[in-house]
Amino acid sequence: MQFFFEVLLGGLLAGIMYSLVALGFVLIYKASGVFNFAQGAMVFFAAITFVSLLEGGVNIFLAMLITLVAMVLIGIATERVVLRPLINQPQITLFMATIGLTFFLEGFAQLLFGSQPHGLELCDQIEEPRNCIRDEPMTWFADLTGGINVSQFDVFAAFVAAALVTALALFFQKTRIGRALRAVADDHQAALAVGIPLQHIWAIVWGVAGFVALIAGMMWGARNGVQYALTFLALKALPVLLIGGFESVPGAILGGLVIGATEKLAEVYLGPYFAGGGIENWFPYVFALVFLLFRPQGLFGEKIIERV
Amino acid sequence: MLYREAGQFRSSYAEDQQIFPIRQDRIAVAALLVFAFVGVPLLANQYWLSALLIPFLILSLAALGLNILTGYAGQLSLGTAAFMAVGAFMTYNFELRIPGMPILVSFALAGVCAAAVGIVFGLPSLRIKGFYLAVATLACQFFVLWALTRFGWFSNYSSSGVITAQKIVIAGYAFESTRSKYLLTLAIVAVMALAAKNLMRTGTGRAFMAVRDMDVAAEVIGIPIMKTKLLAFAISSFYCGVAGALYAYCYLGTVEPEAFNLDLSFRILFMIILGGVGSILGSFLGAAFITLLPIFLNISSKAIEGALGIEVSHALVSNLELMIFGALIVFFLIVEPHGLARLWQIGKEKLRLWPFPH
Repeated sequence: MQFFFEVLLGGLLAGIMYSLVALGFVLIYKASGVFNFAQGAMVFFAAITFVSLLEGGVNIFLAMLITLVAMVLIGIATERVVLRPLINQPQITLFMATIGLTFFLEGFAQLLFGSQPHGLELCDQIEEPRNCIRDEPMTWFADLTGGINVSQFDVFAAFVAAALVTALALFFQKTRIGRALRAVADDHQAALAVGIPLQHIWAIVWGVAGFVALIAGMMWGARNGVQYALTFLALKALPVLLIGGFESVPGAILGGLVIGATEKLAEVYLGPYFAGGGIENWFPYVFALVFLLFRPQGLFGEKIIERV
Repeated sequence: MLYREAGQFRSSYAEDQQIFPIRQDRIAVAALLVFAFVGVPLLANQYWLSALLIPFLILSLAALGLNILTGYAGQLSLGTAAFMAVGAFMTYNFELRIPGMPILVSFALAGVCAAAVGIVFGLPSLRIKGFYLAVATLACQFFVLWALTRFGWFSNYSSSGVITAQKIVIAGYAFESTRSKYLLTLAIVAVMALAAKNLMRTGTGRAFMAVRDMDVAAEVIGIPIMKTKLLAFAISSFYCGVAGALYAYCYLGTVEPEAFNLDLSFRILFMIILGGVGSILGSFLGAAFITLLPIFLNISSKAIEGALGIEVSHALVSNLELMIFGALIVFFLIVEPHGLARLWQIGKEKLRLWPFPH
């Protein structure tokens, strides 16, 4: 039983990490109806920029700030160069455009910073002595619960995710820009009619998605190293989106938790029956598929009502 | 002046309903086929055939398959490569396990297997649509590759999951040279493209398009949604399966499941988007574009290197190519969102009026 809880907890915490990536998708899909496949590449870009700045001896907060500026610039450029000329095109065209953007960003990132993997440690300062958040089990928690090992890093990531979601929720609910964002998400034309500048809003959304990508990139980079494989995170986030619904921020979090937990539990408990495991790759998708058969719009997605 | 149908009268229903009602089109298609069957094998060298033309034809067939599903029936799929993988590995197994199995029958049966897989993974399309469906088809992609890697039976328990295609022998003739493989591929692709072109003019094809345009409305006018959608998945997967079999047998020779990864699925999706969604011709144009573009980029980067007399590192070139590839895709989507087939159509309209457009 204790093993079960350990797997479950590990899965839930890993799920939070997926949620971080999924959040970026949700933000952009909500506001512009674009399924942004480039989110994974944005995470990679942010992470490699950040880690290259750190290795160049830049202070961690300054590095974050510079990366954030870079991500916002990319967001604005994307809006200007890619999205604006494609207004009113079918969604699949926009989707393909973001795949093109993915290639571009992958090439650009590796052109600027090289393609070798980097290690990343989240520390408060560069010189010793320094406090780092490492992927180590928390001993006091294990003592408390009778030996359940939980990574200190995963817990930190969970707190970061919670803070991020809270900040986003406040931003969306309480600020003027947030209200405009929600209006745009609801109905483009109506938003335009009441004088909300669509283009600005999109630039902001892409900027915010860039910020989320930076956080996700830092977390994932610190966990698995900053490398090209980070771009495939986009694929991991997709079943999370299916379960949570494409338009819902809480859905992304809950979907992440569900996927993380089922994925790990399935690998441990079902894997041995399936040709020796390795089912982590497809199980989330099949799980999401079966889930969709019962609830086609995901947990919190908007119900689609069709009329002829 | 050259391309004008004035004076061509149709005096029977058969004439009215033929695939290419305009004489010039018929002549052009016939000339193209003659050129492809006779001219190209005589002119092209080994490299052109094996590195360009064969993959181009095979990927065209796969793009055609995806176009039937996405372009005509409106069901977005990201699992194309998986269906190709099924085709390749099942052909291998049919050839391996049934002695004296004719290769063309193996191709067809492998296509049927792919179609069966397509139907299974097409089932969710009855409930979900759009991007939810697209993401759901990823399940197929990952599951099939996983199964092919994990279950040794598919690759006859070879250590790394790699299969080596058996020799292609039809009626005692062994297709060993590149030229003969090219001709075999071309023949299969031509027949299947013709079949697809015809299929889209039948009731089935029209039902596909009705479902694509609005499935609820299609249901109201009496089109069986379930049957139509699953049929679209089956036919599309059949095409992809045969394309996968050709990919293994006429192009690569030895394949591993990883050859049919998500990247290939995306490339085929690019082909139909750039070529033209819902157009048979578009599948070919898109495949030509995507096959040629990397080669063109490669050649031009070499030429620039030579012209400037500098040695550019390999990593730099490949990253630049990646960037240009991505940028070009975005560029094409912006300039002509309906694809190259649309450009061709516009050109034809212009040609009909030329040289007196008013």
